[in-house]
Amino acid sequence: MVKLTQKGNGLYELDVKGYVCPHPQLYTVKSLEKLKPGDVLEVVFDNPSSNETITMACNKRGYKIIDKSSNGGVFVLKIQK
Amino acid sequence: MEADSETRRRLWAFGIIGFLLIVSVWYYAKNPMYIYLVAYTWFGFTYGVLQQWGRFCFASAWRDLIALRVTRMYIGIMIALVILGVVIAYLEVQGLSTFHPAPLGLHELLGGFIFGLGMVIAGGCATGTLYKSGEGNLSSATTLVAMMFSQALFVDVGGYFDKFLKGYVFKQPTVRVSSYFSQYGDAKYFIGDVLINGFLVVLILLGLTYFFVTRKDLMEQKAAAAATADGGNVSMTFREDLAGFWGMITASKRTAIAGALIGLVAGLNILVIQGLRNRFSMDNFGTALIRMGYTEDVSRTGRVFDPGYWYITSQEAQFGAWFLEKLGMNMRDNFFFGVTNGLPHPLNNPLLWMSFGLMLGAAVMALLSNEFKWKKPNRELFTFAILGGVLMGVGARIALGCNIGGFYIRAAGGDPGGWVFFLGMGAGAFLAVKGMTWWTERQLSKIDLDLEIE
Repeated sequence: MVKLTQKGNGLYELDVKGYVCPHPQLYTVKSLEKLKPGDVLEVVFDNPSSNETITMACNKRGYKIIDKSSNGGVFVLKIQK
Repeated sequence: MEADSETRRRLWAFGIIGFLLIVSVWYYAKNPMYIYLVAYTWFGFTYGVLQQWGRFCFASAWRDLIALRVTRMYIGIMIALVILGVVIAYLEVQGLSTFHPAPLGLHELLGGFIFGLGMVIAGGCATGTLYKSGEGNLSSATTLVAMMFSQALFVDVGGYFDKFLKGYVFKQPTVRVSSYFSQYGDAKYFIGDVLINGFLVVLILLGLTYFFVTRKDLMEQKAAAAATADGGNVSMTFREDLAGFWGMITASKRTAIAGALIGLVAGLNILVIQGLRNRFSMDNFGTALIRMGYTEDVSRTGRVFDPGYWYITSQEAQFGAWFLEKLGMNMRDNFFFGVTNGLPHPLNNPLLWMSFGLMLGAAVMALLSNEFKWKKPNRELFTFAILGGVLMGVGARIALGCNIGGFYIRAAGGDPGGWVFFLGMGAGAFLAVKGMTWWTERQLSKIDLDLEIE
């Protein structure tokens, strides 16, 4: 199940672990569309091929990747709108 | 703890490679003709390594372009296609090509459309499904099983597929662009197949992608930088367009390199298989199976499925049918298995070993890069996996091939039918992307979160 939760002021987490393409990238872009400029979305996913697609989709829209990490097949991208 | 886990991952990765090496030696010791099956296996392994490393999935080409305006995979497959085209043309001149065009007709458009719907719903094309299964994705593995059985049943039940083949497909012409340039001798392959059916079409498609996607984005960025309200006054110089086009091609170096390597390996695959066919004086592995005494494995014409190049779906259909036969069904009373492709035991099926090798190659790569993870599908993903798998299976059989055998190899070898399939695949992907976007928005709207809307 997809989880989108507020973690703090202007900080949100989207958990799409277990989801295969195109869900992680679609949920990321659609969630970011709902946020305010400056808000930060942490996307947690475990579908490796979504990593590059999400990064490129964000670059195209002017959203900034401010941090990225991966461990044991789980990726976290911190994106600022 | 972290060091332990890394050691464990490496042990698994090298264990898989060791297993494949032992299997290779065992086959060779059993009979030297099995080197043919071993060669297919290791080519599959290499495709798996490259696909996992380059995140190379043909579904992503249309889907991410339509859904997210991300062009990386679209470009990757075009690079792979042109390079394979050059290699095939060279091998044709040397008399070492296994390529053969397929009947050209509307079945490729229809099959491509159904396949395109399926690949977006399932979350991966036929090869993407294999390599993602190797990454531990059980949703993709579910799709794989659905593809096996949907194909096997589709070509057998009711005899409708036989009627479709005999009544329509076999009446269609086979076309290879080089055949229109016979006056140029051996250069016909480079002029017709590489330049016209390959490079020219690729250039047009990339030009359209640049014009309608990347250029638009660049104009928007330029307008934003110039702080013009609507961007209407912004224009691009020729030099900027050239730089923009090149930037689009090189935006994802990893994808571009993976595409180039996949093209080369797919070409080498053809060369090695043809070399082995020459070595064993055969044009199909069915001959080797008969010589080894496995007469039950081959079709009535003494053949098994053995295209001589990278292929995905038909061997999956064979595995599904082999399993159903074990359950008591008669799976040989049809044209697909009974006459052309046979039903070899999985251990005697070189193409099935290629698919298995692809999964293992992806698993090794995922383990070494710490990206392997078992992922169980929830009910939603399970439904998508089955539906997508059935659609891909049916689409691939109607078109006589998937994104590899139906599009990639065909288009690279000078068969315009490959592009017909690609067009159908794009139309199917477009419709499925609309559906998936609607589904995503619907799911997000259910999440009770006080988001401030712009």
